[in-house]
Order: sequence, then structure tokens, then C-alpha cells
Amino acid sequence: MGSTVTTANTVGKSWDGGNNEPLGASYGKLMMWFFIVSDALTFSGFLAAYGFSRFKFIETWPLADEVFTHFPFAHGVSMPMYYVALMTFILIFSSVTMVLAVDAGHQMKQGKVAFYMFLTIIGGLIFVGSQAWEWKNFIHGEYGAVETKGGSILQFVDSKGKRVALADFAVVLPEEREQLTRGKGKWFMEEGSLATYSVNEVLEGFKARPDLLVRTEVINSEETLKTAEGLNEDKSLNKPKHKFILSRAESEKRLADAKLVIEGANLKHNEYGSKLFADFFFFITGFHGFHVFSGVIINIIIFINVLLGTYEKRKSYEMVEKVGLYWHFVDLVWVFVFTFFYLV
Amino acid sequence: MAHAHESNTGRIWKVFWFLSAVTIVEVVLGIFKPAALHMTNVLGTNLLNWIFLILTLVKAYGIVWAFMHMEGETKSLRRSVVWTVIFLVLYLTFILLTEGNYVFGVFKNATIKWNF
Repeated sequence: MGSTVTTANTVGKSWDGGNNEPLGASYGKLMMWFFIVSDALTFSGFLAAYGFSRFKFIETWPLADEVFTHFPFAHGVSMPMYYVALMTFILIFSSVTMVLAVDAGHQMKQGKVAFYMFLTIIGGLIFVGSQAWEWKNFIHGEYGAVETKGGSILQFVDSKGKRVALADFAVVLPEEREQLTRGKGKWFMEEGSLATYSVNEVLEGFKARPDLLVRTEVINSEETLKTAEGLNEDKSLNKPKHKFILSRAESEKRLADAKLVIEGANLKHNEYGSKLFADFFFFITGFHGFHVFSGVIINIIIFINVLLGTYEKRKSYEMVEKVGLYWHFVDLVWVFVFTFFYLV
Repeated sequence: MAHAHESNTGRIWKVFWFLSAVTIVEVVLGIFKPAALHMTNVLGTNLLNWIFLILTLVKAYGIVWAFMHMEGETKSLRRSVVWTVIFLVLYLTFILLTEGNYVFGVFKNATIKWNF
């Protein structure tokens, strides 16, 4: 590791560029900046691709505050954004403890550096855990929906426009449908686990509840609001920038195309709307979560080194500074992910 | 490097409170979505989105300058990092968003219904 840090002890003994420091930064720090710039461009590529797909399906993209509504210990209460805001605070706070560790390192206070690094590691672990919980909710789903032959998602609302879960109205029919597994297939055929209800059970339940309506993926614009007028008895059912709710007759017509019952989200189906939304969510937050995870691992390694007194002997805590740069970068990326997935 | 050995704890906490305050403003706006901002379009998107974008850049500035200590680096390092990223990201988003918008138009005006 001698070659990655410039101290009085290592000059001349290893390759460190000599006294010539390009841009006034040591070799190790400069390399960290190189990495950060390239990684920033990687994330920008992902987020820009997300933007591309979103612009492509701008009229039907899911509304984030309807997707992420969970908060621990608050079941059934819709709390959009609170949880992800909490996650943001946790990450910003762990960034603060990291920068405090760097600060303590400048003053060569070993105990303080170790303490703040420890807090940073804890913060990182809480963040990764929170993300896992967020994923779990997303994968699990909340209300369930029906997918049509054409691949669009139909959700269910009551006459007030409030979401209704499949479990609240689907009936149980005396029909059996067995999951196709490798063992039962003729050739290499299998399918994923079956939904709790069949399409027929959902359709029958819908027929039995005359107050139910279908909500489409379409986000209301001036255009759709004009067609919505006179569609439903309750004129205030369709609000601007909310999802388009059909009349009962239209709902029945659309449901004739129902093909699949969708519960939750995976890479192929997504009860919240556009499949690409789920794909990008998994990919981008997953890639970021992986960064946090590797950040935690690197932090632990440096933390152990601090405890062992490696940097005391080296008379420089620059290594803490470098891992700090990476950690702040991960925080920086989250700021953008937060904006583009949850706010805009 | 100018930051040598003096302690900066006071400033660090100030930046932390600032970043937290900005996040709280974002979350409050995101939850309540004031109609005056949400329904007014300026330059392609609504005012609320513009506020979110600007606040995000403000936060990014706070993190890079104070936490990553960009303010203490030389001007040449600062420019090599920041300008490079900003230029490439602006270019990439411009290209991809324009293209995405175009594809949207192609689908919308097509004679074949593709999502039903």
C-alpha cells in the first residue's frame, strides 16, 4: 500500500510520482477522482436511459408517490416519500460522520477516526437494510392488478376513486390450476409461481361489485380530461395528473382483454404500471445499493487498519480521506436517484 | 493544500443542516405538490420539477464542495472533474431525452395501436 499514499517515509522508496504531483493531488487521491468521474458517467448513463424510457412512455409512467407508500410499523397507511426521505437522511448523516473521521484524521486522533468510521459503517448498513425493505415491498406489491393482452395494466378503484385490492373483491371459484414445473412439462417448460387469484375469479368478483371501476395507466392530461367528462356520474373522479379512471361500461369492455393477474413487481410484470419502471428501479437502485455495500466493506477494512494503528505508523490518514471520497460519491449518486425516482 | 490541519467540524455540521433542510423542503413539496407549481409548465416541464432539479444540484454542490473537499483542491483539478462530467451529462441527457420524446411521438401518431 506504500505506493498509494505519499508520506515522508515512502518518498523515494516506492513509485509515487516523486515530488511531482499533478493537479496538486497525491497519486491515490487523483486515482480516486478518476474512478469517481468514470463511475459518475456510468450512473449518468443509467439515469439518462431511465429518462429516455420515461419520455418514451411519458403518458403512462407510474406515479412514484403511489408506488412507494410504505413505512415500517404503519400498515395500511399511505405515507408516500417519508421512508425514502428517512433513507436519504441516514445516508447524508453517514456522510457527515465520514467527513468528521477525515477531519479527525487530519489531526491524527486515532480514537476519534475509529469512532466516526464505526458510525459511518453502521449508517451504511442501515441504509442497505432499508433498501432491502423497500425492495421487498415493491416486489410484494400492494393492491394487485390485471394485465391485458396488449400488455397494459388495469387497476381497480371504487366509486370514490380509492384503490381496491384484488383480495377485497375477487371470488373463489371451484377451479384448479396447477403450476407448470419442469417435472410436469413435456419439454423444458415451466412457469413462475401462480397468482393468488385467476383472471376468472377477478372478473367474477368485478361483476359482483357494481361500484368498482377500472383505472388505466394513462396520466390525465387536458385531452383525456375532456373525454372523461360525461364518462362517469361523479365528475370529480378524474383529476389532472392522476391516473385515468374509466366508466363502468368502459371498464367491463377493457376487462374483456384481461389475460394475467399481476401481484407485485418483477422484471417481467409490474402491477404499478410500465414494466420498464420496475426494471430500471431494480437495476439503478440495485447498482447503487451494491456501491453502498462495497463502500461498507471498504470502510470496514480501513476501520480495522485504523484500529491496528497502520495510519499512525504511516503518520498519515490519507487512506481515510480516499475512502471518504468514495463514500461521499455514493451519497451524491443517491441524491440524484432520489430526485429522479421519487420526486420528479 | 489549504485545508492542512485545522478542524472544520463547525462547518461540516452547518453543511449537514443545510442539506437536511433542502431534503425536507423537497419531501414536503413532493407530498403536497402545490397546484400552482405542479400545473404550471415552464420550458418543457412543470415548475415543481424545476425546483426539484435545482435543489438537487444545490445538494450535489454541497456534497462535492464541502464533504469531498473540492473547494480545497486546485482549480485545475476542480475543472477537470466538474466541467468534464457536467458537459458529458448535459450532452447525453439532451440526446436521449430528445430521442425519447421523438419515439413517444412516433408511437402516439402511429396507425398501429401498440398498447391496449
